Amino acid sequence: MESVLSGLSEQVAAARAAGHRLVIRGGGTRLFYGDPLPEDDSCAWLDMSTYRGIVDYEPAELVLTARAGTPLAEVEAVLDGAGQMLAFEPPRFGPGDTLGGCMATALAGPRRMAAGPVSDYILGTRLMRADGEVMRFGGEVMKNVAGYDVSRLLVGSMGVLGPLVEVSLKVVPRPRSEITLALALDEAEALRSCTRWRSRPMPVSATAWLPDGSGGRLNVRLSGNESAVHAGAAEIGGELLEPEKADAFWLSLRDQAHGFFRQRPLWRVMLPPGAPPLGSGRELHEWQGCLRWLGGTHDPAALRAKVRELGGWASLYHRDGALAASPAFHPLAPAVMRVQRRLKQQLDPGGLFNPRRLYPEF
Amino acid sequence: MTPATANAVATFPAPDLAGFLASIRGALPAECILACEDQTRAYECDGLPLFRELPPVVVLPEDEPQLIAVLNACRAHHVPIVPRGAGTSLSGGATPHPQGVVIGMAKFNRILGLDPERAIAIVQPGVRNLAISEAAAPHGLYYAPDPSSQIACSIGGNVAENAGGVHCLKYGLTVHNVLGLRIVTIEGEVLELGGEAPDAPGLNLLPFFVGSEGMLGMVTAVTVKLLPRPELARVIMASFASVEQAGEAVTRVIAAGVIPAGLELMDQRAVRLVEPFVHAGYDLDAAAILLCESDGTAEEVAGETSRVAAIMAAAGAIRVQVSASEEERLRFWAGRKNAFAAAGRISPDYYCMDGTIPRRHLARVLGAIADMEKTHGLACSNVFHAGDGNLHPLILFDANEPDEVERARAFGAAVLELCVEVGGTITGEHGVGIEKVDQMCFQFSRAELDAFAAAKRAFDPYGLLNPLKVIPTLARCAEYGRMHVHRGELSFPNIPRF
Repeated sequence: MESVLSGLSEQVAAARAAGHRLVIRGGGTRLFYGDPLPEDDSCAWLDMSTYRGIVDYEPAELVLTARAGTPLAEVEAVLDGAGQMLAFEPPRFGPGDTLGGCMATALAGPRRMAAGPVSDYILGTRLMRADGEVMRFGGEVMKNVAGYDVSRLLVGSMGVLGPLVEVSLKVVPRPRSEITLALALDEAEALRSCTRWRSRPMPVSATAWLPDGSGGRLNVRLSGNESAVHAGAAEIGGELLEPEKADAFWLSLRDQAHGFFRQRPLWRVMLPPGAPPLGSGRELHEWQGCLRWLGGTHDPAALRAKVRELGGWASLYHRDGALAASPAFHPLAPAVMRVQRRLKQQLDPGGLFNPRRLYPEF
Repeated sequence: MTPATANAVATFPAPDLAGFLASIRGALPAECILACEDQTRAYECDGLPLFRELPPVVVLPEDEPQLIAVLNACRAHHVPIVPRGAGTSLSGGATPHPQGVVIGMAKFNRILGLDPERAIAIVQPGVRNLAISEAAAPHGLYYAPDPSSQIACSIGGNVAENAGGVHCLKYGLTVHNVLGLRIVTIEGEVLELGGEAPDAPGLNLLPFFVGSEGMLGMVTAVTVKLLPRPELARVIMASFASVEQAGEAVTRVIAAGVIPAGLELMDQRAVRLVEPFVHAGYDLDAAAILLCESDGTAEEVAGETSRVAAIMAAAGAIRVQVSASEEERLRFWAGRKNAFAAAGRISPDYYCMDGTIPRRHLARVLGAIADMEKTHGLACSNVFHAGDGNLHPLILFDANEPDEVERARAFGAAVLELCVEVGGTITGEHGVGIEKVDQMCFQFSRAELDAFAAAKRAFDPYGLLNPLKVIPTLARCAEYGRMHVHRGELSFPNIPRF
C-alpha cells in the first residue's frame, strides 16, 4: 500500500507542477452531491479507491483506523463482527462507497439526531497537501486537543482542502435492543411529539414522518438497553412494527432508496428542533423534524429565505433540468464566506483540489 | 519562566499601547479598563502559576459593541490580545503577553435563553459551567461536560479548550455538546458558526473553532445542548492487585458493549494520597482502583452494575463494591475528584500532566513513569480517565528547593513524549497553551505546524489573537530538536509511525 500512496503523492505533485487541477474520487457514488464539476478539461481525476484497507481496529479501544479508499461495506462488516457500528448510520449508495467519500460528504442516516454529526466521531486524519506530503492531524485516541482540530474541519469539506488519505473513527457498540413504533399523526402533531421527546430520558434513535391518505404516519425507533427501550415504548405508544419490516424501512431511508427520494429536484432542508411545518405538502421528515426532504420545484431564493428565517438552511440535493446550474449549498453570510475562502486559499494555495465542489467561489 | 517570549515578540510590529488606551477610553466605562499594577496583578497567571507575566492592560468589556471596539483598537495599534475566561486554564492558555492586552470576558455572564422543551440553552461565554446545569435543573435537564473546575470555569473557556470531564466517554467533550457559537473576529466582524439546525453549510468551522485556544476569535454567545438528567447513578468501586488487571477489566467492560457514564482509575500512590483526606474507603493495599459509574433508569442501572461487577470479578478484582446510596456514590468519587487538592496538601507544589494514550499501553506507560520518578528524583501519582485513555500524572515538587521546578518540567516533558511514542497525544483536555509549545515540535511535523499557522492566518491575518501559544516557531523547534530526538525526522509520509 505504501507504493500506492507514493504514487498518489507523485500524481498530486505532478498535477500541481503542470498547472492541472484534481477532482478527488473514491467510488464515485457521491459525485451527484455538491456543485457540478467544471466542464472544461483542466481537471484530472485523483482516484483514491486503490488506497484501501483497515489499518488498525481494536474493538475494546472503540477506535478503527482505515485508508480512505476502504469500502464502507468492508468497514461496517468488520465492526458488525465485533458487535459494533458507525454511530451515524451513513447511507450506502452502492458497492463503490468508500470511507473517504463518506467523511468528505458527511452524509448521515436516521441515527444522526441521536448520535450527533459525522464530525463527532472523527478522531484523526491524514491529509495530502498539494506537494504530495501527507500530514497527520488528531490521532487514535478519544481525547486530543493538541493543535487545531483539522480532522473535524475536513468532515464535510467535499475535498476542497485536499484528499483524505486515512481516517481514525470512534465506533460504538450496537444497541442491545431495538424496536420501532408506528403512530398515526398529522405533520404538526408529529413535530410536536418529536420536540417533546428531546427533553425526555428516552432512547429515541430515529424518527421519520411521511404523509399518507389519512394525514400521516410517524415511525419512531428506540435503541438501547431492554428496560429503557420498553419504558420508552410505554410512554410513546403506537403500534409495534415487525422487526424485518422495521429494518427494511430504516434501511430504505438510510440509503435513500425509498420511493420518496426519486423526486427531482429534491431539496434537503435542515431546521432547528421545533420548527413548524413548511407547508409544501410533499415532505418527508427525519431527525425529529430537523431534516426535511422536499420534493418538487421550488424557487431556490424564496425557499432559502423562508428556511433561513426559521433558523435553518436548504441544499439542492438532487437537481434536474431547470436547476441544473443552481448552487447546491445554502449561501454563506458574507463574513463567514470571507473566512472560508481564506481557509481554502491558505490550505490549498494553488486551488489544486476539487474546484467549485463546495461553492462556486472555491 | 516564559521561554516563548524571547523569540516571538520580535515578529510583531511594535504595539502602541498608549494609542490603544486613548482610542478605547471613549468606548468602555473607565472601570472596565485596568492599567495600574495593583489592578492587573491579579491577571498575571491562570491555573498554571509556573508561567507569570504582568499584563500592561486588562479590559473587561460588558457587551459585544464594546468588545468590537476593543478588537478594532487592537488591530489599529498592533496590540496582541490574550482572551481570558475564568482563568482556570492548566496550560497557561491565558498567560498574558508582556506587551499586550488581556480581554477578560467575566462581564458576559448572562444566560440569554433556556428552552426546556427543546433542551437548548444560549449563554454568554462568562457563564460558569456549573451555572448552566443549575439553571437547567428545575426542568430535569443538565449540561453534560463536567471538568473538575466546573464550579469556577466558564463556558467560553470550555469552548476555547474543548474541555472534557469524567463523563465524556458516554456524553462527549465540549465539542459534542455545543450546537452553535457567535464569535467576533479580529476584524471586528460577527460570525455565527453552526446553529440549532444540524449540518451548517460550508466548511465545518464550528468544531474547528472549539479547542482553538483563543487564537481564532472571541466568543460572545454559546448555544449548548442540554440532556435529561438520569434518574439514578451508581458507582462500582473495584480494587486490583496489579495495574495490568485493572486495565484488562476496563478492556472487558468496553468489549462487552457497556459504555459507562464514568470510568476512572487511580494508582496506589494516588489512592494513598487521597484516602487520609477523604476517607472514601479505598483499599490502600490495592495496586489500582477502578471507579465505574452507571446511570439511567433504575432498571438500566441495576442491569448494568450487575454485568459490570461480574466482569470486574472475572478480571481478578480483589474487592468489588457498589454504592448503596447517593451519599456513598459521592464518597467513592470524592477521592478522585479531590486528587489534585490532596496533592496540594501533602506537597508544596504539584504539576498536573494531561497526556492521552491508547488504553492498551497503560501498564507500560505507568511502569515507565515509575522509572522516571527515580531519574528525576520526584514522586508522581497517577489518575486516569480509563475509558478514554486520558492520563493525569501528578508530579509532586517544591518550588523553593533548588532546581526542583526544572526537574518537574523535565519530568513532565518526558511523560508527554512517552505518550506520543505509544501513539497518543501531549494533551487530552488541558490544551497546549504556553506550557506545551515545545512538545508540539515533538508531536507534529513542520508541514503540520505550518498548516496550523496557515489556518490561523485565515481567521487572524494580523497574528494578534493569543500569540505565542500552541504553534511553535521554526526556530523554537530547531532549538528543541537540538536537545531531543526529533520525531520530525520520522514523519516522512511513507514511513509507518511505530
